[in-house]
Amino acid sequence: MTVEEIYQLLVDEFGDQKITGVNLEAKDPWIEVGTDAIVEVAAFMKNDERLRFEHLNNLCGVDYYEPDSKNGAKFEHEPHVEVVYHLSSYSLRHSAVLKVKLPRWKNDQEGQLPEVLSVSGVWSIAEWHECEAFDLVGIQFVGHPNLQRILCPEDWVGHPLRKDYEFPLEYHGIRGK
Amino acid sequence: MSLEVEDPRLVEFDVQTDEMLVNMGPQHPSTHGVLRLLLRTDGEIVHEVTPHIGYLHRCAEKIGENLSPPQWIPYTDRMDYLAGMNMNLGMSLAVEKLIDMEVPEKAMVLRVIIAELGRIASHLVAMGTYGLDLGTFSPFLWAFREREIILDLFEDVCGARLTYSYITVGGATHDLPSKTTIPPGLASLTRRNSNTTLSWIDAVTIFLDWLEPRIQEYHTLLTRNQIFIKRTATIGELHRTMAIDYGCTGPVLRGSGVDWDLRRDGEPIYTRMYEGYNWKIPVAPFEDAPPEVVLGDNWCRFYVRMCEVVEAIALIRQGIQRYPNADGPYRLPYKLNRKLPNDECYMETECPRGAMGFYFVGNGKAEPLRARAKSSCFCNLSVTALLSRGMLIADVPAIVGSLDVVMGEIDR
Repeated sequence: MTVEEIYQLLVDEFGDQKITGVNLEAKDPWIEVGTDAIVEVAAFMKNDERLRFEHLNNLCGVDYYEPDSKNGAKFEHEPHVEVVYHLSSYSLRHSAVLKVKLPRWKNDQEGQLPEVLSVSGVWSIAEWHECEAFDLVGIQFVGHPNLQRILCPEDWVGHPLRKDYEFPLEYHGIRGK
Repeated sequence: MSLEVEDPRLVEFDVQTDEMLVNMGPQHPSTHGVLRLLLRTDGEIVHEVTPHIGYLHRCAEKIGENLSPPQWIPYTDRMDYLAGMNMNLGMSLAVEKLIDMEVPEKAMVLRVIIAELGRIASHLVAMGTYGLDLGTFSPFLWAFREREIILDLFEDVCGARLTYSYITVGGATHDLPSKTTIPPGLASLTRRNSNTTLSWIDAVTIFLDWLEPRIQEYHTLLTRNQIFIKRTATIGELHRTMAIDYGCTGPVLRGSGVDWDLRRDGEPIYTRMYEGYNWKIPVAPFEDAPPEVVLGDNWCRFYVRMCEVVEAIALIRQGIQRYPNADGPYRLPYKLNRKLPNDECYMETECPRGAMGFYFVGNGKAEPLRARAKSSCFCNLSVTALLSRGMLIADVPAIVGSLDVVMGEIDR
């Protein structure tokens, strides 16, 4: 099934409110899903007979932001954070990309992580991937059974893959920079 | 936690004692690097395993956001340091997909030969260290003897023995050498003069002719060994649905009976490399398996790797036949400061340990906005907790070893 057909199917099922956009020109065409709808859309995509996306290839966060004001004018994206879900189906041999767009900070207050529902109930591997996205990109996955840092130490401050992340000058007596 | 008392191995341990927390690692020899497993045990029985990772985290993704893709290639072979060539290939293909570059035929043939040699070297280490995990030392020495020759061959090609950075965006950094000295290990094993000079291709042919009959010896030594079978058969049984749900890929997935190999089922830019080659994809269950073996257990995962070595040898032989007549240069130029398009792509390739994915988001600059490496071992390791529950402590290394994890790749 092509991404265009998948998109049509999802729009017919969930409506424009929950399936908020599509980009068919991209190398890997993607479908944009509303923040609150991701779990039901994910479950539908996994269980529907026509889709059967049983495999979650990759889940990661992307920070769209340009901290350098000189380059800011050239930066084409609105500052935001994305969660990207790469899915594929072994039985039907097709693949799709879902995206959820979030504000960089919840309520525009720096330090408050944006929230999205966790899909760990749909694909078990999402549990680890979401820990990583939380750890490195700083996204709060609501409903995750055990959301904690997975690659950085537990007491690490900040989320390194944020574009405005500043490297700490000191960690337990170890000098940085 | 309820234990199934019908299991004869557990009846003996049916007596409950106080639970104990035991750390296995992070420097335990059977955890394949700096992996820490926190075991909650009742006597010898493991109730729960929590893997703790991140000890080898080197911020590879953050570094990738600050470098142009060819500069990031040396970091990729430091991720999976046992299969550097395959990691280089995965990353190069992802960038080529992003910028619509199609490498010439010669580069493709060259990549197949090199990547499959890398696969053999990686699976040899997997076999040897798995033997170590289970308490046998000889296969390890044998495997490293063979691997040494592959490393020598790689050294002749690119000068490096572990971190190659050989396959690059657009092809490879050098052509295969037309003249080289025979690797010392190969010379002594095949009783040749150590000063023999020959083309690199011929050296590979001699090596493959020598290696192929050895596979049968490994089977005699390890695969069909009764002790080995007792330690691996029915242990760590991973069901098909679980393997898919936990995102397992590569030999772990095929050991659970899913017929899926990205070299055949992947994206066109990758599968066209393997077009016209005659080879098979080993998938469990195997007809020649010992009767104790069940689908998806340690033995199946191990055997998939051993069969893949045989198939890789077949692929290299066909690549060698094609190489002299392959058209085009071995490399297309790629400028270091070439701007990436405002686009994104995700590309998975079949590395020895599973599907290694690279995700690039371009932003009109030479450096990508996001460089993501999705690790195959990361997903494969996530089933450890599931497989080890209710097992004996001695089975935990057998399970982790059968997943063949490399911590450098998991932690990135």
